[in-house]
Amino acid sequence: MALRDERVTLAHGGGGKAMRDLIEEVFTSVFQPDGMEDQARLVSEALQQPGARLAMTTDSFVVDPVEFPGGDIGKIAVCGTVNDLAVGGARPLWLSAAFIIEEGTEIALLRRIVASMKAEAVAAGVRIVTGDTKVVGRGSADKVFVTTAGVGVIPPGRDLMAGHVRPGDVAIVNGVLGDHGAAIMAARGDMALSAEIPSDCQGLGHLMEAVLAACPNVRAARDATRGGVASALNEIAEAAGCGIEIEETALPLRTEVKGMCEILGLDPLYLANEGTLVLFVPEAEAEAALAAMRSVKAGQGATIIGKATGGQAGRVTMRTLFGGARIVDMLVGEQLPRIC
Amino acid sequence: MKYADEFRDPKAAKALLAKIGAVVDQIGATAEKPVHIMEICGGHTHAIFRYGLDKLTPAGIEFIHGPGCPVCVLPMARVDECVQIAERPEVIFTTFGDAMRVPGTRKSLMQAKADGADIRMVYSPLDALELARRNPDREVVFFGLGFETTTPSTAFSIQQAAREGLTNFSVFCNHITVPPPIKALLDDPHMVLDGFVGPGHVSMVIGVHPYDFIPRDYGKPIIVAGFEPLDLLQSVLMVLEQIRDGRAEVENQYARVVPEHGNPASIAAIADVYEPRPSFEWRGLGEIEESGLRIRPAYAAYDAEEKFGIGYAAGPRVVEEIEGCECGAVMTGRMKPVHCPQFGKGCTPEMPLGALMVSSEGACAAYYQYGGARAVEPAE
Repeated sequence: MALRDERVTLAHGGGGKAMRDLIEEVFTSVFQPDGMEDQARLVSEALQQPGARLAMTTDSFVVDPVEFPGGDIGKIAVCGTVNDLAVGGARPLWLSAAFIIEEGTEIALLRRIVASMKAEAVAAGVRIVTGDTKVVGRGSADKVFVTTAGVGVIPPGRDLMAGHVRPGDVAIVNGVLGDHGAAIMAARGDMALSAEIPSDCQGLGHLMEAVLAACPNVRAARDATRGGVASALNEIAEAAGCGIEIEETALPLRTEVKGMCEILGLDPLYLANEGTLVLFVPEAEAEAALAAMRSVKAGQGATIIGKATGGQAGRVTMRTLFGGARIVDMLVGEQLPRIC
Repeated sequence: MKYADEFRDPKAAKALLAKIGAVVDQIGATAEKPVHIMEICGGHTHAIFRYGLDKLTPAGIEFIHGPGCPVCVLPMARVDECVQIAERPEVIFTTFGDAMRVPGTRKSLMQAKADGADIRMVYSPLDALELARRNPDREVVFFGLGFETTTPSTAFSIQQAAREGLTNFSVFCNHITVPPPIKALLDDPHMVLDGFVGPGHVSMVIGVHPYDFIPRDYGKPIIVAGFEPLDLLQSVLMVLEQIRDGRAEVENQYARVVPEHGNPASIAAIADVYEPRPSFEWRGLGEIEESGLRIRPAYAAYDAEEKFGIGYAAGPRVVEEIEGCECGAVMTGRMKPVHCPQFGKGCTPEMPLGALMVSSEGACAAYYQYGGARAVEPAE
């Protein structure tokens, strides 16, 4: 054990022995990349099939607090990028992981983050093959920021696109909405709410594979992260040039999340998720899609929330409890808790 | 969800809507000659749109959206004063979240924060008090904002600060009271109101009697109402029944929460810490006599206006006019939000011009967000 420090210092970013020790002991010993070259050298049989396409995506992750019920920044960093690939129909294969670390961050915290990234990568069937670390002065970052890029392969014949959604298609979610957003607010602890809400943070790769195997005509899927399900639906309605109508009574919500939204005047449709997707399938395949989703862990709570309509293009509406209708618009700015 | 779902039951709503329809017919109200009911509180406005109650109730009822959203009626000059205080280097300025976006003449608090001011969102003035304890070398200012619902908690925080002898805590007081603007609206010769739905949580603090003048002096009914859709529908029914029967009374629909005489401890704290200002400015309505509260001289050490020589403490004020903004006409029921020439054009939730577009509980923002503004195809 060459690394004796309890906290990261600027020396760990200096390019010398301290940096090497940090990288080897905390990162590469766990991720175990194939080699220690400055690049990952990769081969995939999946890519050899005629018509197969490469998919690539990247995302940066900042979250306060970095550890919360149901996950941590590492788990999100793997799940988020894996999910961006999966909802596009790609089979995720490889990830990169880059860390911007604030001086003074506990090394034990980094180890926990790395361990949870490894565990999530194994669960999702991806490998973390390359990475980078930078150390910045105290106050220049908030503990640790993580950026992951992901590469996957889209098998021949798959073509998921929001633009393919047609009136009559059914909208399905895989489980309860808004848990991540609510979990983070509760975990910040500045609201004196005692609710322990776990984040929904989870990989969706296996779920997408199960659905695509059962329903070859899945039109599109979206990972409902920032801006929540409302934003995902608005994006789809706009791209498809159709309307979308959802049913308030059909929305799956955890009681604690509902209660928190009531108290703070927030709308759960806009709360962030980190393991929730919205899927559009032709009506004839809806039952098969539901059954396939429910067969995997991430889809146990799968349920239909609405459908695409021939209504005004780009317009998302919700039938309220009482049979009234209201527009579900894109979020303006961010949701702010109200006064009274 | 217990204690909420019971008040959102569609079956019960249907029964109430049928009764409402029958009374509207008995009164003879129609789309051309509607009954005008003002829901005073922004929370009610929000609930009406959120549950689509405006579309479910008969055309013979027209909702007029009142001035009961404290963020909406906050004048631009006060936002400017907030920014002025917040930009002082020694100040940590604390505020409720939804006041962050309210535009001032130069900038909002959100913009001031981006420009480097130390502005922090809190959920209670007690959080601001805790910040003051932990930062003895900084001046912590709490943005006191809201009606009788939030006034007591600010009062308690000032009393607590006084007990602890804290010298680095103060409140920029913008607390306002509900009855005076109602009186101002009733005195307006253009006013068309037939009855009121009153804010239940305000009465939880002050009781129901501060509204006695409405039936007594103006002959209009008022129902103190809860915030769930069934509360609102039942309150609308109660207003209509009074109109049909030629009665004008204060009635309490929200008796499960509202005691007749309010909350004595809160009332005492308010009386101890605050006194009425001679006059206070409301965005869209102008100066209204005795409609705002200021901190009593005994607690002057905790009054940010006194501490920083700002606001009403700085001398006479000029009420600004926003060009082309019809918030005043909307709030007095003379104009629907959609008929304002600026609605959705010069004035949107992204770039609000007038008070009612600012907060999610403002009438114009609710219209815009929930589609009262833009045609929603009826559900089949």
